[in-house]
Amino acid sequence: MNIVTGVVDWFAQPEQWAGPSGIPARFAEHVHYSVLALLIAGAIAVPIGLVTGHTGRGGFLAITLANIARALPTIGVLTLVVLGMGLGLAPVLAALVALAVPPILVNTYEGVRGTDPQLKDAAQGMGMRGGDVLFRLELPIALPLILLGLRTAAIQVVSTATIAAYVGIGGLGRFIVDGQSRRTIEMIVGGALLVVLLALAVTALFALLRHMVVARGLRRRPAPAT
Amino acid sequence: MGEGTTASRAADAVAAVAEVWDWTAANLDDPIGPKLLEHAQLSFTSVLLGLLIALPLGLAGARWRPLYPPMLTGVNVLYAVPSLALFFLLLPYTGFSPWTAIIPLALYTLAILVPNVVDGLNQVPDHVRQAAAAMGFGPLRRLLQVELPIALPVIVAGLRVASVATISMVSVASLVGLGGLGQLILTHGFKRNFPAPVIVGIILSVALAFLADAVLVALQRWLTPWARGRESGATTTRNRHIARAAVARSRKATT
Repeated sequence: MNIVTGVVDWFAQPEQWAGPSGIPARFAEHVHYSVLALLIAGAIAVPIGLVTGHTGRGGFLAITLANIARALPTIGVLTLVVLGMGLGLAPVLAALVALAVPPILVNTYEGVRGTDPQLKDAAQGMGMRGGDVLFRLELPIALPLILLGLRTAAIQVVSTATIAAYVGIGGLGRFIVDGQSRRTIEMIVGGALLVVLLALAVTALFALLRHMVVARGLRRRPAPAT
Repeated sequence: MGEGTTASRAADAVAAVAEVWDWTAANLDDPIGPKLLEHAQLSFTSVLLGLLIALPLGLAGARWRPLYPPMLTGVNVLYAVPSLALFFLLLPYTGFSPWTAIIPLALYTLAILVPNVVDGLNQVPDHVRQAAAAMGFGPLRRLLQVELPIALPVIVAGLRVASVATISMVSVASLVGLGGLGQLILTHGFKRNFPAPVIVGIILSVALAFLADAVLVALQRWLTPWARGRESGATTTRNRHIARAAVARSRKATT
């Protein structure tokens, strides 16, 4: 009870809502790093997943590399890049991209790979060539799974972007780290709540996106997963 | 000029490898060995605790369907809480005991394990359930001897993702003074501005993840002897497609 009122008080303080260390500024930093990392990871993982899934070549290698990336300790990647390039945005982005690539790559690959061979036969029978089959058949069919991969990646990125505070570039992790060093639990809880809120917003955004871009015929099928 | 830089880069790489090797040889007994062991213990305990919580939750979610959506939302929200915050919040209660790392890590595995337990149990065919009932199996025996074995591959698929994710996440606990190989990375590497321990920590962490994955695959093969010959039975494209779709279904929620 005490903590709940403490957290409410923390949110109610006017100084939390203004200036470069206020909630809006930290929130913007956090979103900035997360979006940047997700865009880079998507630009790497989606094309590789599409091509390997479509051709079937290199799929095993891509999935194996994705699994290695999944096993990389985030703190290790962060530290290694800090030692090489110093504090700043680069280590955070490297760690977040390494985190986000595997789910996007695996889901894109599985989505394209899982296209019903009979549909591919039909597409070829209609005169579609390789690129047509990929972009007009396999990509739309794989889209729900690709979005799912992006969403999983986005949630992990949003939650892990808190480490940005450790290399001095702010973000919502700042509240968690400062709360710990000042021994104010309200601040830690407040920071964590803001991150959870952002993750919920991400989930809602992807539900909306799914509604907008997934073909109507595919949407009517049971959701692939949640 | 190009050749010169290539040669000097190669020399740098050789020097870096030699440095990593020397540091490893000199520190194998302490701190590498104990930290590796701590890392393995923390991850194993976390995943085991997660499974022990996920099994009853998953059973309830599969039996009483309306329970499942709110349960799923709950574990997904938990998953979004930054691990750093959970470690810090537990610190006043559990101090520097291993539980400060284990409890949050176990909670994170729930977002992966609970959906897989539910999916695994839901995919048990109805006629199999009815056959078991007709043979006089009570609910408990049916669960233990029929439903759980059929659900096992999907549950193990979840355990594989959960164990790899946990092994990679244990390192974050080094920020609160726990975290096995993460401490190698942080105290021996970062604070001394020395890359060798960081590289060793990363390599050992990845190796541990692969070892855990291999053990789980072996465990699944050992526990489901009836499934061993099945893959070679899927000879037609159609069958292979169906088999692959089934595997993909079991994987996608978690990947």
